[in-house]
Amino acid sequence: MSDPILSIRGLKKSFGALTATDDVSLDLLPGEIHALIGPNGAGKSTLIKQIVGEIRPDHGTITFEGQVIDRLDAAARARLGLARSFQVSSVIADFTVLQNVMLAVAGADGHVFRFLRPALRDTALTEPALFHIGHAGLAGREGVKASVLSHGERRKLEIAMALALRPRAFLLDEPMAGMGLEGAKQLTTILSDLRAEAPILLVEHDMDAVFALADRISVLVYGRIIATGTVAEIRSNPQVRDSYLGEEA
Amino acid sequence: MTRDMIINLCVFAILVATAVGAHLGGQGFTVTLATKAAILGLAGVGLNLALGYGGLVSFGHAAFFGIGGYVTGIFAFHASSGEPILTLPFALMGSNEMLGIWPMAMLAAGLVALLIGALSLRTTGVYFIMVTLAFAQMIFYFAISWPRYGGEDGLSFYVRNTFPGVNTLVPINYFAICAALLALALIFTALVTQSRFGLALQATRQNEQRSTAVGIRATPVRLTAFVLSAMITALAGSLYADLNRFVSPAMFSWHMSGEIMVFVILGGVGRLCGPLAGAAVFILLEHLLGPITEHWQALLGLMLLAIVLFAPGGLIGLITLGLDRIRGGKADV
Repeated sequence: MSDPILSIRGLKKSFGALTATDDVSLDLLPGEIHALIGPNGAGKSTLIKQIVGEIRPDHGTITFEGQVIDRLDAAARARLGLARSFQVSSVIADFTVLQNVMLAVAGADGHVFRFLRPALRDTALTEPALFHIGHAGLAGREGVKASVLSHGERRKLEIAMALALRPRAFLLDEPMAGMGLEGAKQLTTILSDLRAEAPILLVEHDMDAVFALADRISVLVYGRIIATGTVAEIRSNPQVRDSYLGEEA
Repeated sequence: MTRDMIINLCVFAILVATAVGAHLGGQGFTVTLATKAAILGLAGVGLNLALGYGGLVSFGHAAFFGIGGYVTGIFAFHASSGEPILTLPFALMGSNEMLGIWPMAMLAAGLVALLIGALSLRTTGVYFIMVTLAFAQMIFYFAISWPRYGGEDGLSFYVRNTFPGVNTLVPINYFAICAALLALALIFTALVTQSRFGLALQATRQNEQRSTAVGIRATPVRLTAFVLSAMITALAGSLYADLNRFVSPAMFSWHMSGEIMVFVILGGVGRLCGPLAGAAVFILLEHLLGPITEHWQALLGLMLLAIVLFAPGGLIGLITLGLDRIRGGKADV
């Protein structure tokens, strides 16, 4: 087995009496889509926030590509290639598609403090940005303001921005949320291709998508991972059936 | 050329035409009014960089305006008295050369802004407004209680500072200097807002979480914008001191901070020439209505209210909208 890209060990986080993350350990292996499922309130979002550096865990260690990243802030982790998408689409609304992705390119290369050269004439920004826009399936929409994009297009824009970070791992927080049936199918194909770029830690409620995409699944209940395994193993795990999948599976 | 650029050029051209026309018609006072509009517009251009593009609602920009003014006043004062300003840690003599004073004024304000910004950017929203106000008030009270430079009475200097090859006491000449600096500041702002830095600054204003997720830390970007903004406003303060040949603690007062903010909001937040249009209208109202009633600011208040409620793009936004109506284009206020 190859070394994990992202490795989480003994992560704990409490908010007062509530233990949101209870001794979670998790590996994201090269080339895999690792789905994280669990009922509402299981602590999935809290876990994601600790991985990206938005909140600090009380205990535990996160290793990313062999480097302990516990002390790095969210911006520094992003620059290492930890690319994140949000549960609710989050883009710069007043920017065009191109400007949004250019921003991500600038953030990734770390050269933000350049004051006089017009960004739109900076081919070190525009060329990679156009490439990623094409890759995410938004070619021809470069000049459109993000605020007028459809929901699905905004999801694609987020993926283009994630690609611009030269990602080493994706953290996708419910990418299917709010997508129609057709949109979800399209996105499933895109995510499946994304696996070739970098492994994906996928938080998702859409079980069809999870079962179609995931190589491995971890089930989070009350802040604890109760099972990790392949799709078949998780489907047949009695504990998981009881606590989460219920009659659905 | 874009539509916005044409409007910006028109606003600037009207200012210059007013001054030149008044000069040719022998109306020295109107030239001085136009100079005042250019200077206050410049102060607004400074604030606009922080407030309009960076979303940093600083209610303390009078601090930088005043620092620019006092640095100028102090240099001029020492140039005429011959005493050094400082002997320790290094000797610093007075000067009446604008080209030397401007960088000093901007440097001093930039350093103070670095300190104020580093502390106040730990807060957001209404707390940021209050903290910046508090710092400006501190400097205001300091100026009042500093007898060496006039305290409450302020500091006069009798001869306007000099600029190589130009008689700065001729109103149209001084207008030309101020208008040229305003033009430079506008070009600088236009470039900065379109640069990588401008992209990052506007992104952190709109969506800080997203900016962080692509590897951009908001605080250093905002602090840089705050310092640049303060330096431009300080340059305006320096010019204002030379216009009046007088500085007083009023330059530090919260009324001044409020006025600079009014220029920006009236003219159009985040619009390049918005602060200039705002300052010009402010001075026009003050000049036309001031002699009729001392309550002219009530009308200003109504205008401001109407702008905030119905035209968030300010006067520049209204002009843009008007042009689009005429052309039948799409509105974008």
